[in-house]
Amino acid sequence: MNTPTFEQTAKQYIENDQLRRNIGFATKTIREKRKTVVEEMPDWEELREAGQQIKDRVVKNLDSYLLQLEESVQRAGGHVHWARDGEEANQIIIDLVKDKGVSEVVKVKSITTDEIKLNDALQQAGIDALETDLAELIVQLANDEPSHILVPAIHKNRTEIKELFSSAIGLPDLSDSPEELTNAARLYLRKKFLNAKVGISGGNFAVAETGTISVVESEGNGRMCITMPEMLISVLGIEKVIPTWQDLEVFMQLLPRSSTAERMNPYTNFWTGVSENDGPKEFHLILLDNGRTRVLSDPGGRDTLHCIRCSACLNVCPVYERTGGHAYHSVYPGPIGAILTPQLRGPEDKSAASLPYASSLCGACYEVCPVKINIPEILVHLRGKVVSHQKETGGWRAKIQPEHAGMYMMARAFQSRSRYEGAQKLARGGMKLFERDGMVSKLPGYLSGWTSARDLKPIPNESFRDWWRTRQ
Amino acid sequence: MNRSDSKSIILERIRQALDDVQQTDHPKAIDRNYRMQSDMPDDECISLFAERVREYKAEVKIVDRADEMGAVLESLRSRNARRVVLAPGFPDKGLLEDEFTVVKDEPVPLSNKALDECDAVVTSSFLGIAETGTIILNGSEGQGRRALSLIPDFHVCVVPSNRIRGIVPEAIEELNNVIKKNPAPITFISGPSATSDIELNRVEGVHGPRTLHVIISMGAGACTGNISCRT
Repeated sequence: MNTPTFEQTAKQYIENDQLRRNIGFATKTIREKRKTVVEEMPDWEELREAGQQIKDRVVKNLDSYLLQLEESVQRAGGHVHWARDGEEANQIIIDLVKDKGVSEVVKVKSITTDEIKLNDALQQAGIDALETDLAELIVQLANDEPSHILVPAIHKNRTEIKELFSSAIGLPDLSDSPEELTNAARLYLRKKFLNAKVGISGGNFAVAETGTISVVESEGNGRMCITMPEMLISVLGIEKVIPTWQDLEVFMQLLPRSSTAERMNPYTNFWTGVSENDGPKEFHLILLDNGRTRVLSDPGGRDTLHCIRCSACLNVCPVYERTGGHAYHSVYPGPIGAILTPQLRGPEDKSAASLPYASSLCGACYEVCPVKINIPEILVHLRGKVVSHQKETGGWRAKIQPEHAGMYMMARAFQSRSRYEGAQKLARGGMKLFERDGMVSKLPGYLSGWTSARDLKPIPNESFRDWWRTRQ
Repeated sequence: MNRSDSKSIILERIRQALDDVQQTDHPKAIDRNYRMQSDMPDDECISLFAERVREYKAEVKIVDRADEMGAVLESLRSRNARRVVLAPGFPDKGLLEDEFTVVKDEPVPLSNKALDECDAVVTSSFLGIAETGTIILNGSEGQGRRALSLIPDFHVCVVPSNRIRGIVPEAIEELNNVIKKNPAPITFISGPSATSDIELNRVEGVHGPRTLHVIISMGAGACTGNISCRT
């Protein structure tokens, strides 16, 4: 399958008015609410700094924290599995579910399981995976893809959802009020929860010291999936580990305010292995690599693994706001997706390689990031990697490609004063040919992209250095 | 490839990926310059807790400890509850049984179906957090297992005023002392369940209890100063 690049499909999403209106409304609403609840915190910057430092420590000592986590979970009666990639994780889950002899599992919204396409794998193995988050259920029933990390069905309006519920779960007499639609989902899922044998979740944090896993949520479907089944399987990326229980005091403040823009999300679940007389009798933790060690191996991109999946960067991004999540062709959209996806998938993936360019580098994402990931810096770093990869693998064609040739010439020009001044003179002369009414509004060939949407001021006749010399 | 190899392969990948990082046995301490304790007086702490819980559309009553059961009864009446689950260890003084069908989770745990047939559940709580309007349950005395406060549609929760802390780090610290001795599951509850998944319209009540009443019990045991609050 050939996944399209960002620029190939972004345009079609921009032209979808309904989508753009919905996404624009959602991002603006959450963005403004977030600002209010963040500004009321007198120590927000100190919390961000601590969050950044904790995550930095985790990433740089990942092997020892994972071993500690494994030991803690096992001590508390849980099982730990390691999966190099999605395929392996899926197989572990399929085997566990089959051992249990069931053909249906309930799921809590988890982007990690979306990343490894768990639902498809389960289906092929004859197991139905039922999404229980309202938005994920809508997306699943519609056979659609999520468009936002936090509110995955934000591209759908109430009429579409009403029609979907009528046809997919056979409820023809619904109105389109959100209350009634939500209640329909409640009734539909309740039976499933009460009889569930296996629950599958992701996880927000895994505490190495205690072996505690946490899932933050709003609807209570998480509580249901985590509490009611006989067996619980949780899939966590290896970067989700945090060292100590105390570290939760940082993240339980940073995450809800950044994510749903609430002081606290309605429900947070914490569990440690299995407990006698409360909840599942069997707990399996799957630690997933699936490209994360590749991200780790690049010191310039490593900080991407600090992400706690809050989605604040999506809501402030001028590019995401206009295209929505689908244009990114990844379960991780927006600015964080633009740096995470290409690193997870590696340089061979052309679609992912287009993502570092899906940004104006305005820096808004860095400002709101609760763990201070410098997304613009990593975007630039990755653009550099994309270009070098093209040069290395693209043969002579890539080497004489105008951008590379231009960059090569620039590098030469900047190496000595005489060459630099010579190049300036040359550019000044060349530009004269395209100057009209004191402005350059149309450059030829490869340079035309620059002037297609903006005018350029011509290079002045005299440079500062020329002027300085004559002044003396 | 054998699955048991995956662990060593992933660990080896991690070590190789980090070969530029100098490993140290004594990493620099995390700068925790954020607030560790709130400087709110107790009465302010309690009223902030009430205010923040109310903002989540939960009903909050502040009563003297002597009136605690009266407030519980009043809450149950207000929603016409009939079958009520009482969390094990909740000190109801036998007052509920006169008026309601009281269902108990001990000595035999209730089935999911039996729980689903209950109109309400009454529990105590472990801690409250004022700044975020959060109630914390950890399965200790008077709270029951998690399913109890999850399946019935109406949750009446009693929070003793001396269990209310100002900010998140204070509650996490207290849980830290408990979880290392008794790693029971913990649930943070901030208002009734909610979703904003349809056009970002907030709807209260999805899968968890759709109605939450919080009764703050003042008086005996209530704190007279920040220090006593933490004992």
